[in-house]
Amino acid sequence: MGKVVLVTGAARQLGGRFVRRIQREPDVERVIAVDSVGPAHRLGSAEFVRTDIRQSAIARVLAEHAVDTVVHLAVTGGSAGSGGARSAVKETNVIGTMQLLGACQKSPTVRRLVVKSSTSVYGGTSRDPAVFTETTQPKSLPAAGFAKDAVEVEGYVRGFARRRPDVAVCVLRFANILGPYADSALAEYFSIPVMPTVLGYDPRLQFVHEDDVVDVLRLAAGEPGRGTLNSGTFNIAGDGVLLLSQCARRLGRPTVPLVMPAVPWVGSALRAVGVTEFSPEQIRLLTHGRVVETTQMRSTLGFEPMYTTAETFADFARSRGSGLLPPERVGRAVDRVAGMLNADLSGVGPAAEGAER
Amino acid sequence: MADAKVIPFDEERPRRRSPRRVRVAPPAGEPVVQPVPEPDRETGGTAGAGGPVGRPGDWDRRIAGGLAFLRRRITGEYEVDDFGYDKELTDQVLMSMMRPLFDKYFRVEVKGIENIPKEGGALIVANHSGTLPLDGLMLQVAVHDHHPAERHLRLLAADLVFMLPVVNELARKAGHTLACAEDAQRLLEAGELVGVMPEGFKGIGKPFRERYKLQRFGRGGFVSTALRARTPIVPCSIVGAEEIYPMVGNAKTLARLLGVPYFPVTPTFPWLGPLGMVPLPTKWTIQFGEPISTEGFPAEAAEDPMLMFNLTDQVREQIQHTLYRLLVQRRSVFF
Repeated sequence: MGKVVLVTGAARQLGGRFVRRIQREPDVERVIAVDSVGPAHRLGSAEFVRTDIRQSAIARVLAEHAVDTVVHLAVTGGSAGSGGARSAVKETNVIGTMQLLGACQKSPTVRRLVVKSSTSVYGGTSRDPAVFTETTQPKSLPAAGFAKDAVEVEGYVRGFARRRPDVAVCVLRFANILGPYADSALAEYFSIPVMPTVLGYDPRLQFVHEDDVVDVLRLAAGEPGRGTLNSGTFNIAGDGVLLLSQCARRLGRPTVPLVMPAVPWVGSALRAVGVTEFSPEQIRLLTHGRVVETTQMRSTLGFEPMYTTAETFADFARSRGSGLLPPERVGRAVDRVAGMLNADLSGVGPAAEGAER
Repeated sequence: MADAKVIPFDEERPRRRSPRRVRVAPPAGEPVVQPVPEPDRETGGTAGAGGPVGRPGDWDRRIAGGLAFLRRRITGEYEVDDFGYDKELTDQVLMSMMRPLFDKYFRVEVKGIENIPKEGGALIVANHSGTLPLDGLMLQVAVHDHHPAERHLRLLAADLVFMLPVVNELARKAGHTLACAEDAQRLLEAGELVGVMPEGFKGIGKPFRERYKLQRFGRGGFVSTALRARTPIVPCSIVGAEEIYPMVGNAKTLARLLGVPYFPVTPTFPWLGPLGMVPLPTKWTIQFGEPISTEGFPAEAAEDPMLMFNLTDQVREQIQHTLYRLLVQRRSVFF
């Protein structure tokens, strides 16, 4: 018996990649891709259904195709490029999820639900513990923006899981998703030639690679492997941590530290010229950072990410091209200085170069 | 306070000098042994200058190490842990900035360092004093420089530290984290040495007349954390930090206005402006006491409030007694 997988948010980069990937699974018979706008990319043999998940039409799609696995990816921050009407994004996130869950609740065929969430549900303040686990209660709930949407979406999903205990529900809280095709607000921020930062704060950031996102979604949408359980809530992030200052240096982009009150102001100025969205939530991330524990992801879900945080970032940096101060050139400059000093001090060339290694 | 100007530094010098030199000298990952690589370096280059001591070679190596360090920093090729602890920056920069204060200014004498285990997690519980948390920083230097395994102390700091810009950044990089049970337990279970000052603001912001009187030890949360992580508790008494800023008054209204727990008034502080922020050069002693093992307790002991209060009291008593003993032994505040 083949599975019928419905994927929402298929017009976005990540949704499209997942649709193409899940078709190759041997036990998947059909893939229904859903979005309110037509996809710019190919979706392979998947059936594309153009419908808005905010409408009740989604229930008909579920019934018509006897869908048994729903992968809900239409919970997004919305990028600045997509017009950036915040209210529409919020409506798709929250109302869309409610409609979809309502449709799932009525559908007798649905067996599995996978929801893409974000680690931003933990908020992040100076009073939070350094590392969040899945059970950490946030000190202050996000007041607005995508993080609030994600909190609300998770609330509705929990309600759904209570009402339909026969459906396996998996909520994946992703750290910042990066990779060559990333189109998130953070990716856009990393593309600004001179990055504004918050003076006196060096946040710890964690990334997860797009390839790993697609992989873990596939794992969550399938049958659980031996000794693992793929229902529940899981943090998904690459190993290790990068500081924002490290990221900027590895990208070769200079930073401009701004005092806290000026940051939102500069943010809105940047938005006005269409560079990037600089939401309060993003400012929060760039102030306090966010690190999550991924023990559950390994032990319970049985997922090993291929990329660490640093490797993810390196892959992203390669795809973006170098900034104004490429690390290689800066490194060479230091080497030259070392060479000059050696000439002056005479005779310890090998020593200096040995130490460089 | 009149005798504050007389500072006989010399007493401690001859004893302390020689071991310190060895440790400070190697800049980056270079081996500690000094004389060995010197001869061949010198024969390769300047033969004449290399005669008496390996001075030029030493400098070259320092510069090379410094440049290698600089290169790693500006290209971002260094590692931090989940808490934002930057080991390299701490070792190379932050520690060397605190070391003169530790060696020359406060002339800290460290006793009982053998009570800190060679490896594995342990919770160091110390008294807190001195208006500004210099005692925590000195404790960190003491553990790193005097412990044979050069262990790094991970301090638990108040939330105020992480609210202040710049301070929070430096604190995280130096390996400090927020004083909460989650972070403490995570560090202990990772086998780190964790330092905590359970008196908190009550200890550090107490008036001068109450010096060396231990305040309430919070709610004893540190005991249950150590019990859960099954790590020993090492009591630690710090003498000397109480007198660095003798807090004779507390401008409460101003403190409330600024959002800080206290606003110290010392004989020098607001009056002399920034000059008043120079701490008095007191002579410090840091004594680590016998570790209290948590091995023998059952797993549910962490939930037992009576046991927790008893253990908290035991730790507190031990620190208080050691403080009194050290105070009796002390000849003067300043030397």
